[in-house]
Amino acid sequence: MDLNFSEKHRAFQAEVREFIRRHGPASPKTGGGRKRPDRKTLDWQRLLIEHGYAGRTIPREYGGYGAAPDVLEAAIIAEEFGRANVHPGIMNQGISMLVPTLLEVGTREQCERWVRPTIRGEIIWCQGYSEPEAGSDLASVRTRAVVEDGHFVVNGHKIWTSSAHYADMMFLLCRTEPDKPKHEGLSYLLLSMRTPGIEVRPLRTMTGRAEFNEVFFTDVRVPLDQIVMGRGHGWHVANITLKHERMGIGDAGKLTHRLQRLVELLRATKVDGVPLIAAAEFRSRLLRLQGEVLAWRAHNLRLLTDQARGEDPGLRRLIVKYGGTVLGHRLSALAVDALGAEGLTALSQGEDAQDDDAANWNNDYLYDIGLLIGGGTSNIQRNIIGERGLGLPREPRVPGTGGRGA
Amino acid sequence: MEFALSHEQTLLGESVRSFLRDHCPIEAVRAQAATGTGCEEGLWRGLLDLGVQGLLVPERHGGTGLGLLEAAVVAQALGGAAAPVPFLCSVAMAPLALLRSGSAAQQDRWLPRIAGGEARIAMGFVGYVGGRGGAALSLDRDRLSGAAEAVLDAGAPTHFLVYLPDGRAAILGAGDAGVSVALRRTLDGTRPLAEVAFDGVEAEVLEAAADPRAAALQVLDAGRVVLAADTLGAAQAMLDRAVAWAKQRVQFGRVIGSFQGVKHMCADMATMLEPCHAFVWHAAYAQDTRSAEARLMACHAKAHLDEVGREVARMATEVHGGMGFTDLSGLHYWLKRIGFNRQVLGGPERCREEAAALQGWTA
Repeated sequence: MDLNFSEKHRAFQAEVREFIRRHGPASPKTGGGRKRPDRKTLDWQRLLIEHGYAGRTIPREYGGYGAAPDVLEAAIIAEEFGRANVHPGIMNQGISMLVPTLLEVGTREQCERWVRPTIRGEIIWCQGYSEPEAGSDLASVRTRAVVEDGHFVVNGHKIWTSSAHYADMMFLLCRTEPDKPKHEGLSYLLLSMRTPGIEVRPLRTMTGRAEFNEVFFTDVRVPLDQIVMGRGHGWHVANITLKHERMGIGDAGKLTHRLQRLVELLRATKVDGVPLIAAAEFRSRLLRLQGEVLAWRAHNLRLLTDQARGEDPGLRRLIVKYGGTVLGHRLSALAVDALGAEGLTALSQGEDAQDDDAANWNNDYLYDIGLLIGGGTSNIQRNIIGERGLGLPREPRVPGTGGRGA
Repeated sequence: MEFALSHEQTLLGESVRSFLRDHCPIEAVRAQAATGTGCEEGLWRGLLDLGVQGLLVPERHGGTGLGLLEAAVVAQALGGAAAPVPFLCSVAMAPLALLRSGSAAQQDRWLPRIAGGEARIAMGFVGYVGGRGGAALSLDRDRLSGAAEAVLDAGAPTHFLVYLPDGRAAILGAGDAGVSVALRRTLDGTRPLAEVAFDGVEAEVLEAAADPRAAALQVLDAGRVVLAADTLGAAQAMLDRAVAWAKQRVQFGRVIGSFQGVKHMCADMATMLEPCHAFVWHAAYAQDTRSAEARLMACHAKAHLDEVGREVARMATEVHGGMGFTDLSGLHYWLKRIGFNRQVLGGPERCREEAAALQGWTA
C-alpha cells in the first residue's frame, strides 16, 4: 500500500500542470449538455492529442499519442483537468465505447479508417442497440440484415439512440442469422447515418431535451466489410462495448466532484439565515452521503491498481454501474431538496444553453434517473452482480424464448 | 502508487484466517458466549504463536513494528470468525497509547509485556464519545478516583488503561486495592462491558505527549478503524454464508438464489460491502501515514461500516429464512458482533457529528 506518486509520476503531474497553466485559458467551457463539438472544441481536442492528454494510449498509426497504458497517468490527467475546471477533451460514445472495441477486436483496416477521425471529434457515433421489444433483453433484437448483392440490407427500428440526430455513424447490433439461437444470430455493423433509408425521430425525455431518438431503417445498404468480427459474433462484440460503457457510467471521480458541488451548495444556501450545512437534517444526509462517496473513492483507487496490474477485478467492476448511479442520484436529490420550492422555477434554457447551477442540478436529478436505466437497468445490473459476481444460478429458461424467463 | 495489500499483508490475513478456521469454530464462539469473559484462552495463546500481540509494538520492544493497516487485516479476520479475544484494546489501542503518550521508560516497561501477551489491558475513554452521566475521573498526582463506563475488553484483564478528558491516561493493575469492577454481559454475549470505579488508586500516568488530547484522539481513531475492520470481516462472513445458502436451499423446485428477490438482496449486499474493503484499508493507511484526512477517514469509516454492517446483517439473515433466526445457524453471533461494534467508541451518529465539526460544518 503506497499512495505516494513515484518520481516519474510526480514529474508527469508537474508536466500536466504546466500544460494547464499555459493553455488552460484557451480551453472551451466545460459542461453545457451533449452537442456536436464546435470549431474551438475540435482545435482544443487536437492540442490535447498532440500533448498526449487525449487519445493517450491509442497507437500513433491510428492518430493517437501512442503512450504505453498507465492508469495513474490517466488518473493524474483527469484529476488535474478536473481541479482546474479545464475541458478534459471530447467524451462521446465513439471515443469511450467504439474506439476501445475496435482496438480490441476490429481489423487493422477498420482501426485505420475510423479511430483517427473519431478521437479527433470529427466523426460522431451513435449506438444502435435497444429496440422497443429488446430493452433489458438486448439479445432479442429484431432489426435484421440480409445479404443482397454485396451488401447487408438492414430493416428495423431502434430506440433510445442518443446523439442520432447529429451523429455521422452508428454501431449497430442486428440479427443476421435468424435460424441460429438468439445470442448466436447477431452481428455488429458500422454504418453511415447518411445512408438512404434511415429516418431519425427525436424522442423528448423527462428532462425536456431530445437526448434520445428513434431510428427507422428501410432497406439500408451497408458494405459487407463494415462488420466487426464475423457474422454471428455480434453479442460478443456488443458486450465488449457495454463493459466500457458501464465502467464510465458509475465513475467514482464524478461522485467526488458532485459531492464537492453539493457541499458548496449547502454552504451557500441559507434558510432563515442559517446555512443548510449547519441545519441538522440536511447535514445529517450530507454526512451519510460523504461516507459513501469516500468508500467509492477508495474502491476506485483499488480498481486503478487492478487495471495497472492487468487483473480482472470481477465483482469489484460489476458493482460500479449500479452502485455509482444510485449514489449519484441520491446526491442530486439532496441538492434539489436544498434548492427547495425556489428550485422548482430553475428551468433549463435548452440543450445548447449555459444553465445556472440550480437548473443544472434539476437536470442532473432527472438525467440521473435515465442513468439508472440506460446501459443496463439497475435490476439487470443486480442480475449480473448476482450471477457473474457471486455465482448465483440464472433464472430457469422459459421454453421457446432462448433466454431467461420473464 | 499501489492501492492493494502487499504479499506479506495478504499472508498475515491468510495465516490468521487459517488458524481461526481450525481453532475457532462456531461451537467455540457459542461456548464463550455462555461464560462471557471475551477472552478464549486457547485462541489468545494461538495468536501469540502467530505474533499477533506484538503487531504494533516496535521491534526493539519485542514486537514486529507493523502498522494499523496490518492490525486492520487481522481485525477483519477476527470479525470473520466472531473470535472472542481482547484484540481491540490489548493489541491495537494499548500499544498506540504508550507510543503516543508514554515516556521512554514507560514504553520500555510496558511494550514488551504487551507483545508477550502477559499484559492484557482493558480500556475506557471518559469525555470522548459522549457520557451518559455515570462517568467522571480525576487524578490527584498519581491517585485515580472516579468511574469509567463501557470499559472494553474487561472480561479477563491484567490492567486497566483509562483516558481522562484532558488527554492524560492512567494505567493500573486490575486487582489493585480500590478498583471495583461491575462486569456486564452484553447483547453480544462473547464480549462484556464493564463499569469500573477507582477509589484513590495509585496509577501510572501517561502524560508525555506534547498535545495530550490530540494523542488520545489518535488512539480513539485507531480503535474506530479496528472496529470498522472487525465489522467488515463479520459482514463479509454473513454475506458469504447467505450466498452459499442461496445456492443450496431449494423451494418451489428451484434453488432460491435463482429467484431475483433473493439474488438482488445478495447483489445489494455485495454492492454495499465490496467498496468497504478499500475504505477500511484507506482509513488505516491514513492513520499510519498521519495523513491530514486521518481523523475524518476514521470517523467516516466507523460510521459507514456501522451502517453497512447493520444492513448486511439483517439481509443476510433474511436470506436464510427461519433458519437464520435460530441459534443453531449461529448467524446471530456475527449480527450481534456488528451491533456491539456499532455502539462502542462512538456510534455512527457521534462519529458523523465529529466529521462535521472537523470540516467546519457547524453554525
